[in-house]
Amino acid sequence: MKVFKLAASAAILCWASAAQAQTTLSMWYHGAGNEVELKLINEVITDFNASQSDWKVELQSFPQAAYNDSVVAGALAGNLPDILDVDGPNMPNWAWAGYMQPLVIDESKIANFLPGTKGVWDGKLYSIGLWDAAVALVTRQSTLDELGLRKPTVDAPWTKDEFMAALDAAKAAGKWEYPLDLGMAWTGEWYPYAFSPFLQSFGGDIVDRSTYKTAEGALNGDAALAFGEWWQGLFKNGYAQATQDPADRDGGFAAGKYAFSWNGNWAALGALAAFPDTVFLPAPDLGAGPKIGAASWQFGVSATSKNPQGAAAFIEFALQDKYLAAFSNGIGLIPATPSASEMVDNYKAGGPLSVFVEYSAKTALVRPVTPGYVVQAKVFEKALADIANGTDVAATLDAAADEINADIEKNGGYGH
Amino acid sequence: MASKFTVSNRTGWLMAGPAVLLIAGFVILPFFLAIGFSFTNQRLVSPNPTEFTGLENYRQLLGVTTLTLEPVRDEAGAVVMKDGAPEYPSLRSLTRNNPDRPDLAGMREWFNFSTGGDSRTYVLARDVVFMKAIVNTFIFVIVVAPVQAGLALGLALLINQRLRGINVFRAIYFMPVVVSIVVVSLLWRLIYDGQSGLLNNLLGTISFGLIPPVDWLGNPSTALGSIIAMSIWQAVGFHMVIWLSGLQTISPTLYEAAAIEGASKWQVFRYITWPGLRNTAVLILIVITMQAFGLFAQIDVMTNGGPLDSTQTIVFQAIERGYGKQDISGGSAISVILFVIVLSISLIQRWLTREKS
Repeated sequence: MKVFKLAASAAILCWASAAQAQTTLSMWYHGAGNEVELKLINEVITDFNASQSDWKVELQSFPQAAYNDSVVAGALAGNLPDILDVDGPNMPNWAWAGYMQPLVIDESKIANFLPGTKGVWDGKLYSIGLWDAAVALVTRQSTLDELGLRKPTVDAPWTKDEFMAALDAAKAAGKWEYPLDLGMAWTGEWYPYAFSPFLQSFGGDIVDRSTYKTAEGALNGDAALAFGEWWQGLFKNGYAQATQDPADRDGGFAAGKYAFSWNGNWAALGALAAFPDTVFLPAPDLGAGPKIGAASWQFGVSATSKNPQGAAAFIEFALQDKYLAAFSNGIGLIPATPSASEMVDNYKAGGPLSVFVEYSAKTALVRPVTPGYVVQAKVFEKALADIANGTDVAATLDAAADEINADIEKNGGYGH
Repeated sequence: MASKFTVSNRTGWLMAGPAVLLIAGFVILPFFLAIGFSFTNQRLVSPNPTEFTGLENYRQLLGVTTLTLEPVRDEAGAVVMKDGAPEYPSLRSLTRNNPDRPDLAGMREWFNFSTGGDSRTYVLARDVVFMKAIVNTFIFVIVVAPVQAGLALGLALLINQRLRGINVFRAIYFMPVVVSIVVVSLLWRLIYDGQSGLLNNLLGTISFGLIPPVDWLGNPSTALGSIIAMSIWQAVGFHMVIWLSGLQTISPTLYEAAAIEGASKWQVFRYITWPGLRNTAVLILIVITMQAFGLFAQIDVMTNGGPLDSTQTIVFQAIERGYGKQDISGGSAISVILFVIVLSISLIQRWLTREKS
């Protein structure tokens, strides 16, 4: 009996000292349900835990659809983990609300990261991503040849007239159900992510970025009205469909229903598998230069973390090229650094998807960096859906600008 | 005077305790919180302190005004025509940055009508989307309450018979109630699909291709109707069971007496069944009305309030604002408005269906 007691207390002591040596860091991640992604993140965590003896990261995964709600609920209950992952455009909202603290890592380590991967709010770095995402105009070389169209490059993109002429040619050819697949079936963040760059390419924006205090003039100025009329015309003139079957979004291009598809790099391999001559064209220049969206999921440290240096150490550890490359190989996203891109067959120079790296570096613009973005994205989405369905452009954009301004005012300017 | 509730009733309170606590914590407390929040600028996520704003949220939601405009006239005083109709001054010039009409700032046209003559009356609302949500919700309730109650009664009468295998029919009619409304909504989204949905295929086949495919949920004129039809189908089985329980409380001796007297089927229904179902009818009407006002899941899954706000509803707006747009105070104000609407309608229904002595 005595021996047993001794053994037990020895075991407890042993466990206690081990626990003392390694401080546990909790981490939340949005990838539950995606086996590949989970395997990759677990690999990083296992390597990190084995690489040093101070910290031990423990992962908790959430399904993406419930992730943001879980973080908000966790924050209200004072129950956030040490390490969070956050969707790029949401970061300012969480930083402003006091859910996150600035991320202190070695600047030189992220010097060559793509601009869209760095989450900066109020002059401080809050989050950093291992990858970025990009959008391109997907079509086939044979389609370009057949319609007699010039192949645009990022330095000489299609102008608005060239783009509309291409759609006209595709419509006249009569081979496709619709010339253009915009992805109207993907309601939600896709609208501001994929369509606000069109507005920015016209010279407008969701909100005035010089002050972030008003949308007046940005969302309902002359450039925005021109954008709205153009956007409505895409549907009114039969270039694209305002309501789309989700199945057509996923398989329509491969089934030959659309001549052009506005889609992200994550869908690129599928398109290449369907048509080996698939090409990924840069965004058209609608007046103020070609633009695409930027910023994907990123890592940051919660405000309540007692061990921010440990959390930062983990994030810094995860920024190694080999992990960037592993994530890119696993889930098809653009590696954050050029050196990591070279390690990935799809994205290395001459690789089938390497153009996405170039588009991301040269034409990407992050969504408005403001805590109010969460609301502005919703307002923008509704305005675009309504305009596509045929409402009055000026009245709709005015109403959207008013709603955004009322929200900014209600929030005391969101700290800008 | 000691009442039944306080004397030697410890066991009773112990048994009721858990339920009372849960209801207090998750129903009664949030109810009073919502009333409180609706008078503030409470946000879901914000470092700013909450401030008392009085009736501002309600003013923002319910502000409505009318504006009568005379058509634009040229120098000779003739009405300027545009596309075959008189042209009116643009509302935008009145509602935006107009120092003469600060009262109209931020308002939008809800609808307009003409009362004869050249002038046209515009109804402007501060929150057009919410106004449309109220109208849509009322349309939904006004159609669903009688149709669903009537269909459920019809089904209950059909299955209230001693037939071989009647339980199979009972199970079939009740099945949609057991399935989660989210799953049902997803399935009906496929059925209503504009290109290759089941409904379009069915209509195309039985009409030999004469009926062209309709984009049921993508067309503002059919979207709400589609959701009404699907909602009636989904919950009709539940109310059928309540009707059935009411039917089975009617004493069989009354039917026997009627048979002896030689009453027709209609007379039996009119003078025995219907009076016997009185209390059930009141219950069903109130339950359907309350459920119909809570229309949310179908909208969230199938249309998100679109196209062109044709399927916005009060509860969808409350959740969209409270969580989607992080405006808890606005969402709370909507919930309070809904509470007042449902309460007054229930009271009116109670009064109309009261026992007349």
